[in-house]
Amino acid sequence: MKAVTRRTFLGGAAATAVGVAAGPWVLRAHAQSGPLKVGLVLPYTGAYAVLGESITQGMELVFARENWVVAGRKVEIIKEDDEMKPPVGIRKTEKLIDSDKVDILTGPVHSGILLGMRDKVHASKTILIVSNAGADDISRAKCSKWIFRTSFSNWQPNWPMGPWVAKNVSKEVFVAAPNYQAGKDQMGAFKESFLASGGKVIGEDYPKLGETDYAPYLTKIKQSGAKAVYAFFSGTDAVGFVRQFDEFGLKQSVKLTGAGFLVEPDVLPAQGKAALGIISGHFYTPLLDNPTNVRFVKEFREKFGGKMPDGFACQGYDTAETIVRAVKATNGNTQDKEKLVAVIEKTEFDSPRGHFRFDPKTHNVIQPYIYVSEVKEVAGGLNNVPIDKVADVKDPGAGCTLPA
Amino acid sequence: MGREPGSPRLPPSDRVLVVSDVFAQALNGLAYGVLLFLLSVGLTLIFGMLDIVNLAHGSYYMLGAYAGVTVLMMTESFWLALVVAPVAVGVVGAVVERLCLRPLYRRGPLDQVLLTFGLIYLFEDLVKWIWGGRIRSIPAPALLTTSVNVLGATVPSYRVFVIVFGLAVAVALWLLVEKTRLGAVIRAGVFDSEMAAGMGIPIDRVFTGVFAFGAGLAGLSGVIAGPIQSAAPSIGATILIPALIVVVVGGLGSLKGSLVGSLIIGQAETFGKAWLPGASMLMIYAVMALILMLRPQGLFGRPLK
Repeated sequence: MKAVTRRTFLGGAAATAVGVAAGPWVLRAHAQSGPLKVGLVLPYTGAYAVLGESITQGMELVFARENWVVAGRKVEIIKEDDEMKPPVGIRKTEKLIDSDKVDILTGPVHSGILLGMRDKVHASKTILIVSNAGADDISRAKCSKWIFRTSFSNWQPNWPMGPWVAKNVSKEVFVAAPNYQAGKDQMGAFKESFLASGGKVIGEDYPKLGETDYAPYLTKIKQSGAKAVYAFFSGTDAVGFVRQFDEFGLKQSVKLTGAGFLVEPDVLPAQGKAALGIISGHFYTPLLDNPTNVRFVKEFREKFGGKMPDGFACQGYDTAETIVRAVKATNGNTQDKEKLVAVIEKTEFDSPRGHFRFDPKTHNVIQPYIYVSEVKEVAGGLNNVPIDKVADVKDPGAGCTLPA
Repeated sequence: MGREPGSPRLPPSDRVLVVSDVFAQALNGLAYGVLLFLLSVGLTLIFGMLDIVNLAHGSYYMLGAYAGVTVLMMTESFWLALVVAPVAVGVVGAVVERLCLRPLYRRGPLDQVLLTFGLIYLFEDLVKWIWGGRIRSIPAPALLTTSVNVLGATVPSYRVFVIVFGLAVAVALWLLVEKTRLGAVIRAGVFDSEMAAGMGIPIDRVFTGVFAFGAGLAGLSGVIAGPIQSAAPSIGATILIPALIVVVVGGLGSLKGSLVGSLIIGQAETFGKAWLPGASMLMIYAVMALILMLRPQGLFGRPLK
């Protein structure tokens, strides 16, 4: 056996060192012609699994339209289930950034996961297009040059509802939302404008996320004598709350209002008649009659077995549309991150929700409209029929000084 | 809001309200507790008899809800769903016991926990595959869609039905286990399955039967919970935790324990939500910790060796 001499050892060590140093370069050069890797950190199990599914479907609709090729690069989506648990979501984010080396990251649904992954994304200069989580801070003190948001800030759908509810429904409300970041953000935005419009909050409750029995809270609402409730729930929580609200006979005496997530098309069929008459604020309803939306609803229903698209599907659509347009604009180059950020910032297109553009100050979407809708029986079942709207709703972005 | 129970300064009319407040919440807690009982009694029976911590128990609850959805879609009869769905889930349980669990009886509990934990995911995917990920629901039967006034507290009539039905099931189970020959066989199996086998009881058939029966009870609770909650692939995993807590509080393998444990946890969680909304999650764990400190084997469990 040949002995390892000092010379061969040094030679080997040097070669290894060169390899290690050059490795990322070789990989990167290769990546340009390789697949366009899009990482999805979304819940595919848990109370918000239906949200993750809708977002993914909205994205798939756009990528399928492009035949899964953008600027000559094959689109490869890597789905990771965050299980709605911040530690899991953060671990999956690290996996997508460090091992899969995704070109663009999207997700998550849970605001807590977004806040948890923010620093990793920012430090690694990964481009993240947030496709749901509305944590206000991401458009404020914790905004990042590398983070865009196509969905909403929690503030956006709720703030316009304060004055509307005070004027048209009641000046005394009971508020309820799940006990986590988004619940507190959404109720905070509503209360801010509701109180300023002369409203009074006569009670509030924050059940846990994934609650199954709302009876104790509904009994409290009944006993408070409130004439109206303003609530934010989503997924199975929204189904449980709305059905039990009706079960307890509150519907006859208390008007239920809230953020649009409460009665999105993903939960309406399961809520059934219990949802009739609920008034909510949201940036999207499948009944919008702009041409992009009419086509979107038709194609989505064809592709996904008659399922009615919801706001989450629209968010997925807009996320994929942003990716497609930006990557085309850079001819498939995703390595020049500064350039890609500049291109995304200027991306504008007709979305199912109206004309889509980012606020350059916060990288958060400017909602073309927040629609005040009422659940009514229309052709094809229950749906959110717009009865009023507020234009150009932009997060105040206090504390965000991009580029940061 | 902010009313102190029993506070002497309240005018008489308000004090009446306070009493009915407490009463209304106690009824809420009772309905929730009875639901927990229907779910946990199967889990505790299976544990007592087969010595298996069946983590997939929540999955049978979920399967029951979905089977109920399907029966309802086909026949539009809630009552038929209430009969057919548990039987169907019981059959699934029997198959799982024969094919998956049987080879593991001689192995350690870790293997069983891993297997039943894996089954949770398997069933969740199976349900997504058959029914899709969409949230479904079971409407309450038309008879029970209003609410009734019980001593000044408004209670949905369906919840009154749940309370009555659940307590009836408890009585029926007690009669079955304590007063029938089959019950004697089951009790013998719970007490010492090897000895029972030695006495000529076909213990492996009893094992399958008990497992199927436990799974069927979970399926039954899935249908019963349908009009209150909803059917989604995630509900099995969500409901497992309170069910396990009930079994631990009541004592592993004890039927009486699962009833008393369910009612205690039902009240603790309900009053926690009503009076200590910030710490409602803590309530049931605090109750569990307290009971385990006083009685490590649970309220009605066999003393620890």
